[in-house]
Amino acid sequence: MRSVWALAATAALSLLAFSTTTLAGEPKQGGILRMYHRDSPANASILEGATYSVNVPFMGVFNNLVIYDQHIAQNSPDTLRPELAESWSWSGDNKKLTFKLRQGVKWHDGKPFTSADVKCTFDLLMGKSQQKLRQNPRKAWYSEVNDVTPNGDFEVSFDLKRPQPSMLAMLASGYTPIYPCHVSPADMRTHPIGTGPYKFVEFKANESIKLTKNPDYWKKGLPYLDGIEYTIIPNRSTAILAFVAGKFDMTFPTHITIPLLKDIKSQAPNAVCVVEPTNVSTNIIVNSSSAPFDNIDVRRAMSLALDRKAFVDILFEGQADVGGTMLPPPQGIWGMPKDKLETIPGYGPDVNANREEAKKLMQKAGYGPDKHLAVKVSTRNLAEYRDPAVILIDQLKSIYIDGELDVVETANWFPKVARKDYMIGLNLTGNSVDDPDQSFYENYSCGSERNYTNYCNKEIEKLFDVQSQEIDIGKRKQMVWDIDKKLQEDVARPIIFHARAGTCWQPYVKGITIMSNSSYNGFRYEDVWLDK
Amino acid sequence: MFAYLVRRLFLMLVTLFGISIVIFFLLRIVPGNIVDILFAAAGYVDPADKADLEKALGIDQPLILQYWHWISGFLRGDFGYSYVSEKPALQEILPRIPITARLAGLALLFSASIGIPLGVISAVKQGSRIDYALRVVSLSGLSLPSFWLGLLVLTASVALFGEMPIFNPNPQSFGEAFATYCIPAMVVGFRSSALTMRITRSSMLEVLRQDYIRTARAKGASDAAVNYRHALKNAILPVITVIGIEAAFLIGGLIVTETVFNIPGVARFLVEAIRWRDYPIVQNLVMLIAIVVVSANFIVDMLYAVFDPRIRYTD
Repeated sequence: MRSVWALAATAALSLLAFSTTTLAGEPKQGGILRMYHRDSPANASILEGATYSVNVPFMGVFNNLVIYDQHIAQNSPDTLRPELAESWSWSGDNKKLTFKLRQGVKWHDGKPFTSADVKCTFDLLMGKSQQKLRQNPRKAWYSEVNDVTPNGDFEVSFDLKRPQPSMLAMLASGYTPIYPCHVSPADMRTHPIGTGPYKFVEFKANESIKLTKNPDYWKKGLPYLDGIEYTIIPNRSTAILAFVAGKFDMTFPTHITIPLLKDIKSQAPNAVCVVEPTNVSTNIIVNSSSAPFDNIDVRRAMSLALDRKAFVDILFEGQADVGGTMLPPPQGIWGMPKDKLETIPGYGPDVNANREEAKKLMQKAGYGPDKHLAVKVSTRNLAEYRDPAVILIDQLKSIYIDGELDVVETANWFPKVARKDYMIGLNLTGNSVDDPDQSFYENYSCGSERNYTNYCNKEIEKLFDVQSQEIDIGKRKQMVWDIDKKLQEDVARPIIFHARAGTCWQPYVKGITIMSNSSYNGFRYEDVWLDK
Repeated sequence: MFAYLVRRLFLMLVTLFGISIVIFFLLRIVPGNIVDILFAAAGYVDPADKADLEKALGIDQPLILQYWHWISGFLRGDFGYSYVSEKPALQEILPRIPITARLAGLALLFSASIGIPLGVISAVKQGSRIDYALRVVSLSGLSLPSFWLGLLVLTASVALFGEMPIFNPNPQSFGEAFATYCIPAMVVGFRSSALTMRITRSSMLEVLRQDYIRTARAKGASDAAVNYRHALKNAILPVITVIGIEAAFLIGGLIVTETVFNIPGVARFLVEAIRWRDYPIVQNLVMLIAIVVVSANFIVDMLYAVFDPRIRYTD
């Protein structure tokens, strides 16, 4: 009998414990999320921005047609969710993408959202409208779109020149919010109006950005927070000390380097910290239009000399990834598997053997122990550029290349690269969506503005188009691996590593998911809440 | 005295005109402009888009014309629009001036109120332990970079008190106001107080050896009367000069301190504006700073005349 009572008491206690856990897990309304911002963005217009410094604070002001699930870290075709579109469908020939739009959605100024707003947004992006964006860095994303056509107020179709399944990925990026027709691009830079969970309050350059809850948000009951306040603190030491002192609920996403993460964990042991890939690759751009790098042997030797693991160990204490153009698995969807990657020259584990081969190639090109090649390694005057550049210079010494660091201010970096006023450059390339179309066309396509090295291979270009039209993900993956392998073998832009970075928040902040294959898409924050 | 004043005023205007030319052309000599930076951030370079934006901002015009537009606007009080925020430049600059002015004023006050008395004590007690101790403190003040001192203060605050004295736009208590302004002012004023102390000490030492000081002591004047009424009054001229110069140099220290303590003042704003090549902000702000500095020097010149009658008589 006693055991029956004990069992009943245990069951009652378990039930109580379960109900308490459930209650603690239920989102609470209210509170302001306080976060520091790493720098002062140029303006508030996401369509004109090219840095996640704009996406992080302003993504909550807007909605997209579709969006990646904000609580699944890995963006993939399976995690696409409807947002301003209730559903979407492809035509039989995969050249027409039709969205049924949500009704009853209002802009923050009270005007209704319709298909005309979708058309206006994409006309702006494609450069078809009267009004112009001051900058349009992602115009190329829509090069295969013929037209965007409204069918009544709540349906819109994208007519494509050819099938392009990646279109949905690009529409789901944090970089593709829908803008209102009735607000000019200039006003969107200073006072953005959206349909999102938060309304814009103010943006004081170098000081703060404030958002407040949108009480008329079309998702009833959201957002949970009363607002979000970003304090702009460019000095990383100050910002991290302020987080440790409890002045902020969260650090700026993916802003913490691996060594600094250790400091935070020792000073604020309760902080929740995660480390994820940023899908930003550190790579080498080579001026192959003039000697000596017009010689493929010298380029190949340079690529063979790289000890990628050393970069990862020194800069990230082992926590970064080696891969090709596409972010490697498991976080990356399209990256080459390890066994395929290691078949590429320079990626094999025997660094000494690679370097011996590199030395032979250098000797074939006329260099050797008595005749070193003197080069300038140009890079931007930022720590994340300078530090790997120094390691690169050190590694190149092993194959008779004497590098000299040439640091260039940001204002002069791209003009210098554009006029080919460099020999070797150390560069960072961010990918806003983990999709080959975005990466291949932007960085390797003949004539692309971001193809800094002017690498142009018509055969590869054809393969870009073939993979881009492939609907079957498995088949497309195989094609992408082959293209990526070829790009590395051609030394088009040797990839050194894919970086990782940390984000921390106080334990009472709930509902944060840091994306693992993009730094640009996970900041809607509509169901983030504070357990206080 | 009137001729002295008129001459100084005229020199002030000529200096300001020269500064306006130097600011304007130096900014244009620096490679890159706002359009380069915007396009660099976007990672692409489309010559047609760049040309459109340069035209829209007026930076494609001849330099002389650009200078004329700016300087005539400045004289009319029309500062133009920030290239970055697209808000009126004056609207961007004005709210930040009181913050930096308060910080600079407190830093100078700290520097003078600590530096002068300690300099006098050090001179009067020359060769004593207290003199050596003060000289070590002043040497450390001159040697410690203010950004490092600022970071030390922040780290110590977090480690010892779990608090962080960074900027609070609406301080609710004396403690918060103290943390917002006084701690950064002390950090930036520490170096300048050390300099003031050393100048006061050396100047006092020179004066204390003068015959009239000995005469005053012989006549039975108290130590305080000799040191402060007779000696300090005559030793103060070089100290005023240094404080005047420090007021101008303070902006350099404030850039670092405003960054470390995250204070949204004009000094940090100026650096950001330079980084963006935001010409309307940089030109107007530097011009305003130049006016303050030149005016401070003008006031110092006037103070010379007040403290030393020989100056107003000879001029």
